[in-house]
Amino acid sequence: MTTRIPTTRRRFLSTAAGAGAAASLLPAPFVLAQPSKVKVGILLPYTGTYASLGHNITDAMIMAIEEAGGMLGGRPVEYVKVDSEADPAKAANNTNKLIAGEKVDFLTGPVHSGVAMAMVKIAREEGTITIVSNAGAAAVTRQMCAPNVFRTSFSNWQTCFPMGPEMMKRGRKKAVSITWNYAAGHEMIGAFKEGYVPAGGQVMKEILIPFPNIEFQAHLTEIASLKPDAVFAFFAGGGAVKFVKDYDAAGLKKTIPLHGSGFLTDGTLHAQGAAAEGVLTTLHYAESLDTPTNKRFKEAFKKRTGRTADVYAVQGYDTGQLLVHAMKSVKGDVRAKKEIMAAMRGAKLDSPRGTMSFSKAQNPIQDIYLREVRKGDNVVIGVAHKALADPGTGCGMS
Amino acid sequence: MDVSTFLVQSLNSVQYGFLLFLVASGLTLIFGILGVINLAHGSFFMIGAYLAHWLALKTGNLFVAIALGLPLSFLLGLAVERLAIGFLYARDHLYQVLLTYGLILIFNELQRILWGNDVHGVPTPAALSASIPLTEAQSYPVYRFFISLACLGVAAAMYLVINRTKLGMLIRAGASNREMVELLGFGVKRLYAVVFALGAALTAFAGMLSAPVNSVYPGMGEHVLIISFVVVVIGGLGSIQGAFVGAMLIGFVDTFGKVFLPEAASLSVYAFMAAVLLWRPQGLFGVRPA
Repeated sequence: MTTRIPTTRRRFLSTAAGAGAAASLLPAPFVLAQPSKVKVGILLPYTGTYASLGHNITDAMIMAIEEAGGMLGGRPVEYVKVDSEADPAKAANNTNKLIAGEKVDFLTGPVHSGVAMAMVKIAREEGTITIVSNAGAAAVTRQMCAPNVFRTSFSNWQTCFPMGPEMMKRGRKKAVSITWNYAAGHEMIGAFKEGYVPAGGQVMKEILIPFPNIEFQAHLTEIASLKPDAVFAFFAGGGAVKFVKDYDAAGLKKTIPLHGSGFLTDGTLHAQGAAAEGVLTTLHYAESLDTPTNKRFKEAFKKRTGRTADVYAVQGYDTGQLLVHAMKSVKGDVRAKKEIMAAMRGAKLDSPRGTMSFSKAQNPIQDIYLREVRKGDNVVIGVAHKALADPGTGCGMS
Repeated sequence: MDVSTFLVQSLNSVQYGFLLFLVASGLTLIFGILGVINLAHGSFFMIGAYLAHWLALKTGNLFVAIALGLPLSFLLGLAVERLAIGFLYARDHLYQVLLTYGLILIFNELQRILWGNDVHGVPTPAALSASIPLTEAQSYPVYRFFISLACLGVAAAMYLVINRTKLGMLIRAGASNREMVELLGFGVKRLYAVVFALGAALTAFAGMLSAPVNSVYPGMGEHVLIISFVVVVIGGLGSIQGAFVGAMLIGFVDTFGKVFLPEAASLSVYAFMAAVLLWRPQGLFGVRPA
């Protein structure tokens, strides 16, 4: 479904039937009285499990553009939102709706990696400048990288790779990894091993659980009998809550410290309660990050939406910032694609997460923070890896 | 695998089996006895979990929340039966599938409107939040034992009601020959409504009770739907004992499948079901149709 801001679809339809339809028939000079709008297509989930992510990304992105005067390179902006439903099966169709149907100048989104694969595939062929604002699938800025595809979020690899050395620093030399048996799980655990094994760590066992199974008891018993120094886990959403709670209830946390990708405790911390205390994670952001930019961002987002800013809002905000920066450099001329892409590649954003620039494969170069859950908060206890870039393996751009 | 690990894994199996029976018990009533294919089974489970979350937040006590949530879910069951399911007893199963699938969508949307899409946790009641050490590394949460106990209670109560009371006799009679029971002067319509509502309440009860060990999140109902059908089908339609034995067997197959055949963990339960059905198409305790 396509909706326009600020007009809802229903209002749009009813007015379009009358005045709107008539206006579109007016001769061109009347319409061109003000500069034509820059069309920003947004493909994000607004219904279903990931709806809150979709809303946070969208609202923060628009907030960034409005903070810069609500214009892109001096031209007003039209946001065309399509609900992705986080459904890969509908992704190609939805992408085409925006690129071919709406003829958007920029394409942003999605949350789900499966949707991202379909979206990026089409964007590569059509050449539409695309900014991936969440999905962390490695391929987006590896095998499938393209001059017109940027990412303002993270690659799965980035959120796990720095944890291994941190574990070794604490003398945790033998680990068991546990995740769901699906693409993101494999990427996360693979990245963890890439950091852990060269640093001298030994992965005793890799436990893979059928997705989205959440009965962990048998595996917890297995971990207890293996007696590793540490456990590294990746789960998200309901699974993350249940795993952290079960791990604690099984008494394992006392003897075998739990580590994970930041998504283990981000957005789920409240539901996990005391069970999450002491869990160590790595991520490119933490709400507790004590910088002026982050503080100002969190206040502005709260004031605007009434909601608490999270990592997804940050990614949306930086998507907006990147658009503002690039369009300013070409003074609003969307036909100057080459210059826009060059400006994006060279961008250095003052993000709530810290300074952020882009790698050759156009994935963020960013600090990865080591966070510990303390009193129900992901507290930054250090930088696990300064200015980490995804290796971009398989990307031919240089 | 050493002996202590084996024992703990067996405990995991039994405990998971109990949980499965609890989750599938409502379906045993609705599918096993009324013969209605109720895809909205998972939705009742989800509603139970959300009620537990919401009421526990308001009242500060999970048990008070369950006491309030049970009559609410019973009433919801009655309403669903009156407004929807009641029209379809005589119809083909396909109609029931379509209708109850529609109910899933409605309940999911209601959940989104009422409670939003965040993941919630329900704290374990303080009195039961301790853990019992089992091995040097692992301990077992008391609350899980409590769930097992509750499940035994539910199983015993269901068995007694269905097999030893007049209501149970009517239910069984209605299940095998509805018209005859009606001709004998009993209100089958009302009886069915009560059984359906009981099934819904039982399912919601399972959702409420397991809320502290599960988490409460959108789409959680879909997880339990399929495994519940597996339990009931393996056990045999209409058999409480069957569902109980089926749940236990699946508990063991799933747990030890994960340990010994991790590559096939997602398959083990279904392979087991296929094997049982090849051997006894009517399920372990089911009656072969004449």
